[in-house]
Amino acid sequence: MKIKNNKALKRNLEGYLFISPWIFGMLLFTVGPVIASFYISFTDWNTFQSPNFVGFSNYAELSQDPKFYQALKVTFTFAAFSVPLNLAGGLLAAILLNQKVRGMKVFRTIFYLPAVVSGVATALLWRWIFNSDVGLINSVLAKIGIEGPNWLGDPSWVLPSYIIMSLWGFGNAMLIFLAALQDLPKQLYESADIDGASLLRKFWHITLPQLSPIILFNLIMGIIAGLKIFTEAYIIGGAQDAALFYMLYLWQNAFQFMQMGYASAMAWIFFVIILLITLIILKSSPLWVYYEGKKK
Amino acid sequence: MTQPSHSKQKKDAFSYNPKSKEKRISQALKTAFTYFLLCLGGFIFLVPFFWMLSTSLKDSSVIFQFPPQWIPDPIVWGNYVEAMTFAPFHLFFLNSLTIAGLSMIGEVFTGALVAYGFAKLQFKGRDTLFIIVLATMMLPGEVTMIPVFIMFAHIGWIDTYLPLIVPSYFGGGAFFIFMFRQFFLGIPNELEDAARIDGCNTFQIFYRIVLPLSKPALAVVAIFSFHGKWNDFLGPLIYLNTMEKFTVQLGLAMFQGMFQTEWSLLMAASIVALLPVLLIFFMFQKYFIEGIKLSGIKG
Repeated sequence: MKIKNNKALKRNLEGYLFISPWIFGMLLFTVGPVIASFYISFTDWNTFQSPNFVGFSNYAELSQDPKFYQALKVTFTFAAFSVPLNLAGGLLAAILLNQKVRGMKVFRTIFYLPAVVSGVATALLWRWIFNSDVGLINSVLAKIGIEGPNWLGDPSWVLPSYIIMSLWGFGNAMLIFLAALQDLPKQLYESADIDGASLLRKFWHITLPQLSPIILFNLIMGIIAGLKIFTEAYIIGGAQDAALFYMLYLWQNAFQFMQMGYASAMAWIFFVIILLITLIILKSSPLWVYYEGKKK
Repeated sequence: MTQPSHSKQKKDAFSYNPKSKEKRISQALKTAFTYFLLCLGGFIFLVPFFWMLSTSLKDSSVIFQFPPQWIPDPIVWGNYVEAMTFAPFHLFFLNSLTIAGLSMIGEVFTGALVAYGFAKLQFKGRDTLFIIVLATMMLPGEVTMIPVFIMFAHIGWIDTYLPLIVPSYFGGGAFFIFMFRQFFLGIPNELEDAARIDGCNTFQIFYRIVLPLSKPALAVVAIFSFHGKWNDFLGPLIYLNTMEKFTVQLGLAMFQGMFQTEWSLLMAASIVALLPVLLIFFMFQKYFIEGIKLSGIKG
């Protein structure tokens, strides 16, 4: 009996030993900081003096801060357009890249390339492409006789610029769709062919339902990534706060104005919003996501 | 395995059907249309790169010329020399390489270790803890960013590489643990049982049996990790102050601040900053695609 207990103890200990890096990391870099961040959001900490508890005043101040609303507006407008467009673009591109023609490998590489090179360099590149005088887009537009807008200089064109830029990098979603497409059961298409179904019907009645779990995954990942955009906002900017993305404003508050309490309150609001969106999507998913083997 | 050839035979049999000519024409049209869309898309994706390259080789006198030259005349290779020598880019490269390399080692090794525990060892509360691992994927790093920064500031790690490297040695994040676990689950238990009979302890089994069998997964995580760290901007921006310690991304951002409109130099520097990522991508392309499959989300 005792030997058995010893064995179980040893087994448990061994398991915990293996996962111990994660446990320590979790406590040190997640649990502790989450609690601390929650506390800091109720203080006036500026890193120079010790924090004072100020109750809800950071949150109250935020509710009066026009820049905070601007950041919310910018970020959510961007995501509302960029995420669905990226999903649709990624899906259509994946279907295109799933065709069986020669030389497909080269095209797959090219379509995926922009998603690999994200960072400061591509943000710089896009700042240059959107140059109103001699940028790539306006040069091409001028060639066909259209006078292009002042993309980054005109507040109403700043967000469209960011949305176009985001579309260039839909490769990650596309690759996940492509992997899923290659796994779709062929019999469904074969029987649809026998029934004489059109391409569009096959897409609507087979491809979309079969892919819906992947669409759900890409949607949630896309929303989280879309709301967190920072590097581009920092490098490219945009006229009159039109590119004041949430993360940029949070970073400014924390590391330029050293208002750690205020920035922590922003982080918590952000967290709650992301949590709510994810929950709403997950709750609504039974309505539109089709799982094989879970038929009603 | 015989199924594809079977269906091919069926197709061949079809081609003797008088109706098939129509079908073949529509097939050819479909292929042509596919190529048209592929080329159009490929063009749209490649043009910005070409524009970047073209700008980087232009003389500053023709940068703002309208309409712009597509093939620069003259071609100014000197832009690269000027961009690279103005700021200590060789240092930035070395710094990025150090940070990304050391982080990668930590994430690969501790990630595999933790994932092995979750995949193959039986212990109390394992499944609950793994759900917590997955849940942390949803937590935006922005929430923890400020307290973690304050913590590192308190122990005097600001303006060192430690805040960028050390956290990688704690399991390497939920996504990599998840990927490794998916892979380890596919390794048959019999191998490990046999090794145990031969007298291996659990760590030896992990180190001598499982790791050598997991080279594809190790490669995928290594590449994803390196790639992520190389492109990271917010981390170095928060933690590094001294120019000599900057990473490539940070150096590039600083460079932009100095040369607001020197587009040829900015593009030259950008291309150089992209080269390692492009190189890795072309060398290990299949692992990028493998990684998506490994993540196991498609089923």
